[in-house]
Amino acid sequence: MDKIETRKKILKAIEHEARVDLGELAIRLGLSEAEVANEMSEMEKEGVICGYLTLVDWDRTDSQTVTALIEVRCTPQRGQGFDTIAERIYKYPEVNSVYLISGGFDLMVTLEGKTLKEIATFVTDKLSTQESILSCATHFILRRYKDHGTILAKKYEDERQLITP
Amino acid sequence: MRDPIATKVNEMQSSGIRKFFDIVSEMKDAISLGVGEPDFDTPWHIRDEGIYSLEKGRTFYTSNAGLKELRTEISKYLERTINTTYDPIKEVLVTVGGSEAIDLACRAMLNPGEEVIVPEPSYVSYVPCVVMAGGKPVILNLKAEDEFRLKPDDLEAAITPKTKILIMPFPNNPTGAIMEKEDLEKIAEVVIKHDLIVVSDEIYSELSYKEKHVSIASLPGMRERTVVINGFSKAFAMTGWRLGYACAPENICKQMTKLHQYCIMCAPTTSQYAAVEALKHGDQDVAEMREAYNQRRRFLMHEFRKMGLPCFEPYGAFYVFPDISEFGMTSDEFCTTLLKEKKVAVVPGTAFGACGEGFVRISYAYSIENLKVALERINEFLIDLRSRK
Repeated sequence: MDKIETRKKILKAIEHEARVDLGELAIRLGLSEAEVANEMSEMEKEGVICGYLTLVDWDRTDSQTVTALIEVRCTPQRGQGFDTIAERIYKYPEVNSVYLISGGFDLMVTLEGKTLKEIATFVTDKLSTQESILSCATHFILRRYKDHGTILAKKYEDERQLITP
Repeated sequence: MRDPIATKVNEMQSSGIRKFFDIVSEMKDAISLGVGEPDFDTPWHIRDEGIYSLEKGRTFYTSNAGLKELRTEISKYLERTINTTYDPIKEVLVTVGGSEAIDLACRAMLNPGEEVIVPEPSYVSYVPCVVMAGGKPVILNLKAEDEFRLKPDDLEAAITPKTKILIMPFPNNPTGAIMEKEDLEKIAEVVIKHDLIVVSDEIYSELSYKEKHVSIASLPGMRERTVVINGFSKAFAMTGWRLGYACAPENICKQMTKLHQYCIMCAPTTSQYAAVEALKHGDQDVAEMREAYNQRRRFLMHEFRKMGLPCFEPYGAFYVFPDISEFGMTSDEFCTTLLKEKKVAVVPGTAFGACGEGFVRISYAYSIENLKVALERINEFLIDLRSRK
């Protein structure tokens, strides 16, 4: 297996199982444990692996918070495009993600796990007041059916016959 | 009242798996590693195409041999996977699963008393199909020391003047054995020498973990004497759609189609439309499932080595076939005791032929999490057994 292929396999596996035991992963991929550990730490240094997160379904807790998607239209700046305005937005710790989007608006900003009031304050006080921002449209997520490739709405059940030839 | 049942059917044994299934299904909290079908759902885009065909009202029969579009895709698929070309109009027949194709092949080719060599352990339906077609099954026992591959000398020894057909069940259920190109070349030589026909059941062809699967039909001089059987169940996780196919030279395919026309008419239309989508856009799905199975396979082999359970490394299908003879029990006893004491269901090797005695079939069509729980219990069981000795 060449390096590119090895890395791809490691990434594919840990993308959905961040907590997998390295020894076990090595066995499953037919590699040595040292090889897996080396590749992973290299990829961490290179910024290919940016973190190991936990996928939480907050709706199953008693949390009362909401998640908002905000469509932002703004004026790009000469020589900088959207980078400066994106940076101004992503520096707020309450912001979860900022994407530059093609189509009817420019930036997609998400805020997760906040109260309605916190989001309202953020949009009216911090976002809308930025000079280069033309407009914001805020959408609230009502229900998460699937996130990061994982179906949250329904649990998997094995409906196969117990024994088949 | 007279006995309504035909003697041939009365004499036919019901599958050993069936017997075991009845015991398992009474046990509510058993974990099963006994399933012979993928744990993945059919990829959504394939299911969606089936649904769409229903929405469009495509609820009629197709032509007997199957949708032309599907046969064309099958022909292209075989060209890119096993480098063998079949005329989609005259040499491809869409069937109700690979099972129907096995039955048709036997009935289309066998005269009373002609012999069919059936290597075992192997899938449960070859022998009954041969018997019902009036042929005589000749069992050839594969051996663990050969990694359950078919050896030319053993084949040669099983051939008589009455031998007509050789069944080639590789990649194999239940052993996971494969036949590589060099193995096949030696078999092809014997087959040609004795002028035999091969029925090659390649339903697990996409689940080959060493080299890409090689079909015996792709070897020189073999295409004209081989019926290739394959299907969508294992490769695309489509068992419930009941869709397979047979590819054979025109003279054989034509007769199989004739039988198919009278007993089946045509394979399910919805499944056929879904299968077109599978062959057009499903290669990536197949690759991803194969990778998942391969990871489980390596994991399972490693765990068995740790437990000290002897097992050759299988490179095909989704089964491992460990040797349990050291415990002094029959396969049946081993499986029944494991089920009673640790509530894990695996299938006795004898369900796939008498020479499966001393082995059990363990399926890894389960998530790693499931496998871990089951393996932990199997390990406890082995420790118990060894301490009892």
